[in-house]
Amino acid sequence: MKKDEVKLMKGNEVIAHAAIRYGCDAYFGYPITPQSEVMETLMELKPWESTGMVVLQAESEVASINMVYGAAATGKRVMTSSSSPGISLMSEGLSYLAGAELPCLIVNCQRGGPGLGTIQPSQGDYFQACKGGGHGDFHLIVLAPSSVQEMNDFVADAFDLAFKYRNPAMILADGAIGQMMEKVVLAPQRDRKTNEYIAEECKDWAACGRGEERRPRNVVTSLELQSEAMEVINKRLQAKYKALEENEVRYEMIDCDDADYVIVAFGSSARICSATVELARAEGIKLGLLRPITLYPFPKKPIEELAERGVKGFLSVELNAGQMVEDVRLAVNGRTKVEHYGRQGGMMYSPGEVLEALKEKIINK
Amino acid sequence: MAEVEIKQENLVHARPKLLRDNLMHYCPGCSHGTIHNLIAEVVEEMGLDGDCIGISPVGCGVFAYNYIEIDWVEAAHGRACAVATGIKRVHPEKMVFTYQGDGDLSAIGTCETIHAAARGENIAVIYINNAIYGMTGGQMAPTTLLGMKTATTPYGRDPRLNGYPYKISDMLCHLDGVCYVTRQSVHKPANVRKCKAAIRKAFENAMAGKGFSLVEVVSTCNSGWKLSPVAANKWMEENMLPFYQLGDLKDVKE
Repeated sequence: MKKDEVKLMKGNEVIAHAAIRYGCDAYFGYPITPQSEVMETLMELKPWESTGMVVLQAESEVASINMVYGAAATGKRVMTSSSSPGISLMSEGLSYLAGAELPCLIVNCQRGGPGLGTIQPSQGDYFQACKGGGHGDFHLIVLAPSSVQEMNDFVADAFDLAFKYRNPAMILADGAIGQMMEKVVLAPQRDRKTNEYIAEECKDWAACGRGEERRPRNVVTSLELQSEAMEVINKRLQAKYKALEENEVRYEMIDCDDADYVIVAFGSSARICSATVELARAEGIKLGLLRPITLYPFPKKPIEELAERGVKGFLSVELNAGQMVEDVRLAVNGRTKVEHYGRQGGMMYSPGEVLEALKEKIINK
Repeated sequence: MAEVEIKQENLVHARPKLLRDNLMHYCPGCSHGTIHNLIAEVVEEMGLDGDCIGISPVGCGVFAYNYIEIDWVEAAHGRACAVATGIKRVHPEKMVFTYQGDGDLSAIGTCETIHAAARGENIAVIYINNAIYGMTGGQMAPTTLLGMKTATTPYGRDPRLNGYPYKISDMLCHLDGVCYVTRQSVHKPANVRKCKAAIRKAFENAMAGKGFSLVEVVSTCNSGWKLSPVAANKWMEENMLPFYQLGDLKDVKE
């Protein structure tokens, strides 16, 4: 058997490699710290000479997301990446992508906000990513990597989910996951899909030209002026989101089986909190960690089951002022205590600091 | 309605095969219908209907996709040139064009338009300039003439309050990525013929990979201007054409 190709890489570099290896057709982006290595790596690797992947530096995030919209409308596998302020600029495009039901990948390597904020890691965009991040009733599929390996793995997973549900998917990373170097096993190189394959795969919706056989034309739009018809479209979207909630929830549980207390944390926070679990267990505190991997759809059920089983309190640990905690509270639904602990502005907590917060806010209260 | 038989020798003009047989939503007297007709003819004559993707704007032209029998993508307001870039970059062999109004292209979409042009994207842009926002009810556009009354300049456009109108087509000529810029109209049969030739040239440039082409079509908005179709044409000739002069602004031969 061929040995795994283990590399030492930055999370952002891995996104670039994983995109090429997945057979991504195009990347459109605009530089912003802390994720500029994604496009820099792509430009250095010149995938247009190997796989034929297009890489284009746009004039703004607004342009990038609309280039993604155009290329995605033809059924191609396309992506962009940015960081928090840039994602705000893309909000309009995200709404149109969701409204027109176009699959694509957006990577958000979060930094501290609001406004121009800082360039250090944050998880302040949970609301933006999971509760819409644009006008109208829609959801992105949101995957939260907590390692460089997952930066690799989730590129393929996000594209697969995006195409399965014809919905934009986001990898919600942060400055820590994007900037840190770690061991990673890169995915094998796959072939890009041919135009003929895509024309057949997406023949019911993709606007890639009617072709030689002059198939019935496709129109990609999110516009419908008749209220009755627009409500039907909205209901179809909601049915899709329900299917996502039923079938695509992903999470990881560490030491939750006998836990009296459970920390809920995602991404870089979850890495820190896994050390908090070890510290707590060494002190005889039965602490567990639930790490949502899909932030949307959110793992409501396992949290509900833990609360039902008699967990005495949940601490939602996030690099923000308390965003995911609202979803944890909804899942727990008053059965027991739910509190939030966070740092902001690019500051990080230590495992010990989280343990102290757990004692103060949950155990000793 | 009974079919009227037309003898072949009497046939002057027929509906292009690619122009769909549905009722247009445009106001009577509007030039969108004529320009749609020309695009349908050009796409048909060039045999591109299987390889053509149009991008419709936000504005009255948003429903262009209802009228021409090709694949379409409807863009967010002003973003058509970015959307076209995305499509053309992954389908360099296809014909990609945008259809945009003056609010869409020269106000909210200025950035996307200029940068697509600067990059020399191999797309054709059909730019309808009637100096007003039609769909939202006749507000001032960047192209609104000085003194012109609109819903948001009820006393006439005053440069001290509202700034000056500008000619984005002239500005685009300075960019190296641009191969063809022309200003046309469709208010008279001779102009219609010239406009068609211009659209054809823009499409040929895009397919030949010569760079960015833009055909501005100076048009009326008789509803927004609150004039009858005939009076609107006259007003356009007397007021619009002296400022937005017709003719080729740039035509790079090779």
